[in-house]
Amino acid sequence: MTAPAVPAPTPANTGEMSRIPTGWKTRRNAELGLLIFAMLIVAVFGATVEANQFDEIRMTSWIPAALVGILFLGLHIVVRYTAPFADPVLLPAVALINGIGVGFLRRLDLARAIAQKQPEPGIFAGTGGRQLAWTLASLILAAVLLLVIRDHKIVSRYAYTLGLVGIVLVMIPAVLPSSISEVNGAKLWIRFGSFSIQPGEFAKIALVSFFAYYLVRKREVLSLASRRFLGVDFPRGRDLGPVVTVWLLSLLVLVFEKDLGTALLYFGLFVVTLYVATERASWLIIGLVLFFGGVYVAYLLGASVGGPFANFYDRAEVWLDPFELENYERVGGSYQLVQGLLGLGTGGLFGSGPGAGSPGLVPEVRTDFIFAGLGEEIGLFGLSAILVLYLLIVERGMRAGLAVRDSFGKLVAGGLAFTLGLQVFVILGGITGLIPLTGQTTPFLSAGGSSLMANWLLIAMLLRISDAARQPATGAGPERAGPKKAPTQLHGAMTEVIKP
Amino acid sequence: MPEFVLTVARFGFLALLWIFVFTVVGVIRRDLFSGARSKSIVASPRGVGGAVLPGRPAKVKRGKAARQLVVTAGQLAGTRITLGEAPITIGRAEDSTLVITDDFASARHARLVPREGQWFVEDLGSTNGTYLDRGKVSGPTPVPLGVPIRIGRTSLELRP
Repeated sequence: MTAPAVPAPTPANTGEMSRIPTGWKTRRNAELGLLIFAMLIVAVFGATVEANQFDEIRMTSWIPAALVGILFLGLHIVVRYTAPFADPVLLPAVALINGIGVGFLRRLDLARAIAQKQPEPGIFAGTGGRQLAWTLASLILAAVLLLVIRDHKIVSRYAYTLGLVGIVLVMIPAVLPSSISEVNGAKLWIRFGSFSIQPGEFAKIALVSFFAYYLVRKREVLSLASRRFLGVDFPRGRDLGPVVTVWLLSLLVLVFEKDLGTALLYFGLFVVTLYVATERASWLIIGLVLFFGGVYVAYLLGASVGGPFANFYDRAEVWLDPFELENYERVGGSYQLVQGLLGLGTGGLFGSGPGAGSPGLVPEVRTDFIFAGLGEEIGLFGLSAILVLYLLIVERGMRAGLAVRDSFGKLVAGGLAFTLGLQVFVILGGITGLIPLTGQTTPFLSAGGSSLMANWLLIAMLLRISDAARQPATGAGPERAGPKKAPTQLHGAMTEVIKP
Repeated sequence: MPEFVLTVARFGFLALLWIFVFTVVGVIRRDLFSGARSKSIVASPRGVGGAVLPGRPAKVKRGKAARQLVVTAGQLAGTRITLGEAPITIGRAEDSTLVITDDFASARHARLVPREGQWFVEDLGSTNGTYLDRGKVSGPTPVPLGVPIRIGRTSLELRP
């Protein structure tokens, strides 16, 4: 293998774009084009909804899509100036999913207003309007993150602080009294009056950064010092310590917050970051065995002891046999799951068309079950398109992790992308009956400010890392050019830093 | 609203959704091929461009001149760099000529410099040191052909 015989790109010395050497494509225009296309799709969605609901397409139908579009264009401009080499696909794909989410929530508001013979809600009223406002807030947060964090490695300086913040955020709802923290049986919230936040959503990003930093420091010892047993490499006990701690922590979350999904999310996150850091498949095996073992024990305890495990036992029973009449009629039984499944079934291959279904029949269709509601209207074809978009977003995140040079960036990008994918899997698996249902939000689709803001921060971080990954190698100073000039002395080489 | 329009809107939306997905895939595909340069492990050595290499061969003083730097051990084993007249920097920093992803290498670890046909290796204050065969490199040291330079887990040799 010979080195590519391409001279290093020469930097253009003009103006503020001097970071970008000529001949390097930033792909920002591709991003802009895709973004406009995505907004067109959102507008078509809105118009179709109106056609089905009101029997006419009114002149105001384009306003929500246009508002969302303006917001995304704003973020695009921020990306253009602060992360010019960022991945061109991430932003438009997420924007499309978010836009469809806003459109679908507005469609639910319209349907309710028509059913109750109320006037149509304003642009910023109703669930859809609130979601629009949350989108604005999230995009501002994402822009601030891109503006403040110019280099993702800076985050590693605050890794232990972030780790502490993450654990505290996870634990707050478990400690608070149920009257403040409990919604629908899961203690995941902090509620002040009508306003509520879900701190666990933000904990994800903090925990990923901490895990990445810890593992960059420890990965040598984790991957090298191990004993082989039954064909699997087992790490030493003291290195296993943090894994076991996080395992216990996630089980505690499961018990006190009554939420399998969040526990699975945190634990999977840690195991996968470990796997990425050490390249040892044994971690995946150990992690899966620990998780399934823990869940099975929780299930048995729920059947015999009850108490804090009872909720989980109920969910598992509902999952095992949702169509059984007893499960269906019981309070907190499988009614919701069955309605969701029936909705998906009614949608069939092509769906009933945006605005033509009746997703209002499914409980919690605005948050947990938005995929079931959407599935009824856009069918298997539409849902699989959205799933492919999620897949592409995750793939681009992983890609950024592969391409970036520093280990911390690799682990953060891999961890964040995996978290997003796992979250989609957990909620979609729950809705379709593949795994026991847990109350996770669907990233970017579900109504809810916390989830939207946290996931946009996650995307901003991925944009930042992909910018670092795709940036052409810089440092091409004037002294690098000039192959004719023979080095007059050894120190004539181009290296800048020489320590004594 | 006629039924026809509703049907067109319903299927048109799905079609648009999939066209978007395929456009995204198209962008990614173009990206894979045009961005390949940024992912190359070995940055192009300066002065080794095709136009420069045949122009003037390096002056030969004693024995055969080194023409290639070969990585014999480590993650990059098998990599060859054609030597020109420009110095070669080795380290984890991405602007190095040879970027090695070795945990025991420093960002700017060592440097190979030609001087009148002879290549010298010089340590740049690395944490774990540079070794020529078994001896630690302290100052600029001439590198004979075929003698391994060790940096962390990576070994390099000059070849004719």
